[in-house]
Amino acid sequence: MSEPSASAGIDLHAQQVRKFHLQDKLFHYSTLLFAVVVLAALVGILISLAIEAMPSLQAFGPGFLWTNVWSVPDDEYGALAAIYGTVVTSVLALLIAVPISFGIALFLTETCPVWLRRPLGTAIELLAGIPSIVYGIWGLFVFAPLFAEYIQPPLQGLLGDVPVIGGWFSGPPIGVGILAASIVLALMVIPFIASVMRDVFETVPHVLKESAYGVGCTTWEVVRNVVLPYTRVGVIGGIMLGLGRALGETMAVTFVIGNANRINGSLFAPGTSIASTLANEFGEADPGLHIASLFALGLVLFILTFIVLAISRWLISRSMGSEGL
Amino acid sequence: MNLYTRRLWVNRIGISLSMVAMSLGLVALLWILWTLFSKGFASLSLDLFTQDTPAPGSEGGGLRNAIVGSGLILLFSMLISTPIGILAGIYLAEFGRVSKFASFTRFMTDIMLSAPSIVIGLFVYALFVATTGGFSGWAGSLALALIAIPVVVRTTENMLKLVPTSLREAAFAVGAPRWQVSLRVTLRAVKSGVVTGVLLAMARITGETAPLLFTALNNQFYSTNMAEPMGNLPVVIFQFALSPYDNWVNLAWAGALLIAFLVLAVNIGVRVVFRNKDKR
Repeated sequence: MSEPSASAGIDLHAQQVRKFHLQDKLFHYSTLLFAVVVLAALVGILISLAIEAMPSLQAFGPGFLWTNVWSVPDDEYGALAAIYGTVVTSVLALLIAVPISFGIALFLTETCPVWLRRPLGTAIELLAGIPSIVYGIWGLFVFAPLFAEYIQPPLQGLLGDVPVIGGWFSGPPIGVGILAASIVLALMVIPFIASVMRDVFETVPHVLKESAYGVGCTTWEVVRNVVLPYTRVGVIGGIMLGLGRALGETMAVTFVIGNANRINGSLFAPGTSIASTLANEFGEADPGLHIASLFALGLVLFILTFIVLAISRWLISRSMGSEGL
Repeated sequence: MNLYTRRLWVNRIGISLSMVAMSLGLVALLWILWTLFSKGFASLSLDLFTQDTPAPGSEGGGLRNAIVGSGLILLFSMLISTPIGILAGIYLAEFGRVSKFASFTRFMTDIMLSAPSIVIGLFVYALFVATTGGFSGWAGSLALALIAIPVVVRTTENMLKLVPTSLREAAFAVGAPRWQVSLRVTLRAVKSGVVTGVLLAMARITGETAPLLFTALNNQFYSTNMAEPMGNLPVVIFQFALSPYDNWVNLAWAGALLIAFLVLAVNIGVRVVFRNKDKR
């Protein structure tokens, strides 16, 4: 009597195991499917931008990248002015943001009293949470007028007559322009660079730092000679992350860069960036070459940021000993 | 000056400069918040929530259509991105710990986290707006969902990785199949962390303007039809702030205050709640 019921039990068990096995497979593949969706979106962006940009790429060839023409009436387009504005504002933003971010990270990891670390760290992270349109509207209505009145004239008086760099500070001090956009951008990327720097500074083994303190190093010497060399790779990764952010930033730049589609040697002059050109023109673009050229601009921006961000991720993950943050 | 005093002074100057940098960051934060309050508070009134955006040059009006539109677009983009993000996160944490495909996906997701949002707008325009023949709330939701997904994926994965292996082993030992272990044991163990990720993703896309410019476009009338162009706060702020009408500019400040308040409230709230969970 007991034999058949036992085998029935085994059957039932085997059935259950098969069922679970099937369900597991199903679950595995459905989660895999969504991972593929995420990946496909990124590849899809690249492909769709390339397809839409094709007419423009065919019409202007690689010269699109270094032609300084953007004329809707003549239907002739070149990306140089936009690329120039994007790169110059981003690099200037980094020149301002990197020392400040370093100072913030140094303060938060080395000198800040422990009870203040959390609130101050959160405050810096909140700076990253403020939407870029808020930076834009603040930059246009509050920062730019003050900048034109109190910072640009002295800057011009101080550096305007210096050979070579004097030209960078020429022209009327109107506030909005390349330099104002760079400063607002710097504010926006500081929290990103500072958080990465803080995180990699914290990976330095205490023994290393304490040995340095033990032989009589000052805090500054410990940071300069122990922490920085140890975290070099991660720090560069953080800076690249900031660069990637700055290159693609749209709204804040659109508000304060002045939107003039030309290259001017002065940093006080209005300019344009890839993202701000897209934001300004795409909505009312004529179908045909104009819209295709805007897509080509988008493609250039995407490839540029992709490379910068890929390098940044690679460096940060190498430095943190794991992938991502 | 001897070596010792020089080192002392270098240290003092370096530390002071780092304090100056820290205060610069704080001043910037407070300055922006103060500006928002001083300029936006005056325009805050009940009308903001009960009246639609005014015609050019006219007085009064509010932001009702934009607030409702933003709410709908956000709601649907979170409905799209939450399940996709969580399931992809489960894949990365549970099935793809070591596989090449998973580390490649992880890498790409990290890049998507910081990819320029305007390019996402272009993508959705090419994929959706150009093919279906019109700007719509759906297109806006899709664009924002694409920005939110990487945030949800990465937080879900990071949270799941914190679950001790012994918890999984205990569940396996009593015969639970893998999907039950994932959904009913590990995911439940990190529920609050995943909710945090979803909320932060929402905060991230609340103020996104660039991807909405050529997907949801704008609509000056009240509409709950997701298949039509839809008013939304960020684009209204953008258009009104750059307009020559004082009334519009004031409304833009009020809108900016609303958005920033919401985003910062979520950011702070999540941190406070989550910290208490950590302590327990």
